[in-house]
Amino acid sequence: MNAVSANLIGKKYGKLQALSGISLEVGEGDIFGLIGPDGAGKTTLFRILATLILPDEGTASVCGFDVVKDYANIRKVVGYMPGRFSLYQDLTVLENLTFFASVFHTTVEENYDSVKDIYQQIEPFKNRRAGALSGGMKQKLALCCALIHEPSVLFLDEPTTGVDPVSRKEFWTMLQRLKQRGISILVSTPYMDEASLCDRIALIQNGKFLKTDTPQNIIKGFDSELWSVRSDHMSKLLSDLRLNEGVSSSFAFGDAHHVTLKNGKCNSHDLSVYLDGLKHTNVCIQKIEPNVEDCFMQLSGKNIL
Amino acid sequence: MISKTQIPEDKVIVARDLTKKFGNFTAVDHLSFEVGKGEIFGFLGANGAGKTTAMRMLCGLSKQTSGEAWVAGYDIARETEKIKRCIGYMSQKFALYEDLKVWENIRLYAGIYGVPEKDIAGRTDDLLKRLGFEAEKQALVKSLPLGWKQKLAFSVAIFHEPKIVFLDEPTGGVDPAVRRQFWELIYQAADRGITVFVTTHYMDEAEYCNRVSIMVDGHIEALDTPNNLKQQLEAKNMDDVFHQLARKAKRTEQ
Repeated sequence: MNAVSANLIGKKYGKLQALSGISLEVGEGDIFGLIGPDGAGKTTLFRILATLILPDEGTASVCGFDVVKDYANIRKVVGYMPGRFSLYQDLTVLENLTFFASVFHTTVEENYDSVKDIYQQIEPFKNRRAGALSGGMKQKLALCCALIHEPSVLFLDEPTTGVDPVSRKEFWTMLQRLKQRGISILVSTPYMDEASLCDRIALIQNGKFLKTDTPQNIIKGFDSELWSVRSDHMSKLLSDLRLNEGVSSSFAFGDAHHVTLKNGKCNSHDLSVYLDGLKHTNVCIQKIEPNVEDCFMQLSGKNIL
Repeated sequence: MISKTQIPEDKVIVARDLTKKFGNFTAVDHLSFEVGKGEIFGFLGANGAGKTTAMRMLCGLSKQTSGEAWVAGYDIARETEKIKRCIGYMSQKFALYEDLKVWENIRLYAGIYGVPEKDIAGRTDDLLKRLGFEAEKQALVKSLPLGWKQKLAFSVAIFHEPKIVFLDEPTGGVDPAVRRQFWELIYQAADRGITVFVTTHYMDEAEYCNRVSIMVDGHIEALDTPNNLKQQLEAKNMDDVFHQLARKAKRTEQ
């Protein structure tokens, strides 16, 4: 049985089509990533699956329970960490955890094992009010509170937004450990580099899935050769690349520009000659593997020009 | 003490031993650095390293415990009002009014920052043309896609042609294509001589900065061009640089 399954979900807010035709399957023990920018519809999907709002169209189930008819059962088996910090700021760390345990008719002692790994990191501050914790600590406490009733499915809505790269890596290590315990995880993120840490991902934009697959297959689906191009003047290089008619797309990617060429019109040798002619120095053109961000931009078909 | 005459004209920020304590916790610890005119300066660090505290002092919003700093030639302790006039600021939670139209938002901020009345209308049209937003002049801001709001918020933050603009995680959560368009606006601003002071958690964006500082436990652990930092640490990219340096943090999260 799939941990989560959704079939052609649609949701409107007034005139705004927040979601349309969303279908997904999260296998048991999988980490499934919803990858996309703010406003794409990620939170709406979480709220439907967590039985907080009703879909206008389509059906969905979590652990075999229907999100409309069996909502009460779903609430017992999912842990939900919303995007906005939603614990009680005026309660201490321990009081928050105790409260969430009691809501689910259990105790911190009874389920201590399920939160132990993460809780130990915040235990030195257990008597501090949640409102006075740093961002990283709040995030760990929220995860503990979502885990205290031993859920079989976790919904994590942008747990790493605004979190620095080192803490983000730590957070994903925690998720891998939860996965090893058999917990199924649906997690959203605007950071494309986190996609490779998921078993399967859906790229979402404007309420629609652009593609759903394993990160590897999404990368394989990139349908042109990708070149990394550098020179001593990166900003002039970008505009020169865009002026070349043989260049199909060109985007800045950190220390290099990622470029695709029009088939038959231009090859890497032509490009090298072109750039030498424009007096670029230390030109370096290399064929590279695309990453998920390259794929997202290709699929979203946005043209920066 | 530095006197005003000692501030080199081409330096938009000069900080000397800038320190901020909250009780016995030293959030910012003897920060010393300079940022030049028209430079894109990346201000990086882990959560809790002291970036926001440092930025608030430089904007004149919080008073230092010791040390000194000059922004656009003004003393951050004594000339806060003058500083506020010649800086721009934009954070991820940008402050556009959703229920005002695009031109009304521009009009409002232009007025607040004292742009001469006779210039506002013409400059508004120039700006909308540059952004390709002419058709949206009368649209309510809440009707715009997020990426457009972001670009508009940045343009509004520099509408009064400040000496320096502070950008606090300006691209968080933005579409990858829009994120890149946003950086093109940053480049254009820097080309016009506006200094850009930017924080980000996207390490590819650190590569676009002229120089980058990395804060660890309240002080600057490294400050150089992205290329030099990568060479010094034998790192393959800025993500690698960040991980190597931020791992040195000893401060337990408070």
